[in-house]
Amino acid sequence: MANKTNPSLPLEYQSEQGKLNILGFWVFIGAEIILFATLFAVYGVLGVRHAGGPTQADIFVIKEVVIQTLLLLTSSFTAGIVMWELRRNNQKGINIWLVITLLLGAGFLIMEINEFQHYYELGATLQTSAAMSSLFTLLGTHGAHVTVGIGWGLLLILQLSKHKLTPKTASKLHIFTLYWHFLDVVWIFIFTYVYLAGVL
Amino acid sequence: MTKKERFPIVHIVGFLLSIAMTFLALIIALKTDFSKNTIMTFLGILAFGQAGLQLFMFMHMNEGEEGKAKIVHTVYAIFMAIVIVVGSIYVMTAGHPIH
Repeated sequence: MANKTNPSLPLEYQSEQGKLNILGFWVFIGAEIILFATLFAVYGVLGVRHAGGPTQADIFVIKEVVIQTLLLLTSSFTAGIVMWELRRNNQKGINIWLVITLLLGAGFLIMEINEFQHYYELGATLQTSAAMSSLFTLLGTHGAHVTVGIGWGLLLILQLSKHKLTPKTASKLHIFTLYWHFLDVVWIFIFTYVYLAGVL
Repeated sequence: MTKKERFPIVHIVGFLLSIAMTFLALIIALKTDFSKNTIMTFLGILAFGQAGLQLFMFMHMNEGEEGKAKIVHTVYAIFMAIVIVVGSIYVMTAGHPIH
């Protein structure tokens, strides 16, 4: 059954296994939504307990956050183009846009590391207060996801150069772009409910 | 079924819309004098709009034989997420801990 193919569908849906893997990944995304919901809930409750330490308004630099947001938004767009090139069976295009996506993701990550260093210099660390603990946990979990995504994307590029475009590699690419878009969705809520709400 | 468009028009429209919504959120948050509650309501609408845009325009949530299952599952997860966040904040800040 796993090798039965239906050529009228997009490549990643042609094998039964590829199709099921994509559905399975949507189930995983449901679990990830709940994971981030719990972290947002903790931040929503404890984000106001500063224990005499710095507040969000003291440490946030909105200009830097806007650049981070633009990097991640653009990388989500280029991940969308990866999927578009996949539908056109253009392996070269997939590679180019995948590399651009990962570079934008790496740029985001470098900025986030600098941001954490800046917070540390201002006396805001994981141990400072309940607000800072929940803030760093939420941001750090998102950043860890981006880090994993970059490693995942690199491995996919290697796999693609070895096995070329098949229903199997196509479904893996599709799943990777889902993951990457999901990270952007989470960031939209961090941008709104952590950063913008934090400086209001 | 395989699309052979020559230009990723849906993606570009989605990208421009999400950039526009981000800057609209910034302007509302930093340049207007509405009350904090009004601002957060606007920002919430923009955030959920942008998330929906990602899910449908980029993630092709409604695509394939399992399109409906994906939508039902994801919408349920989002509903649970809202219950977790709003419920936690309500329980922990509405005065219950005093007792």
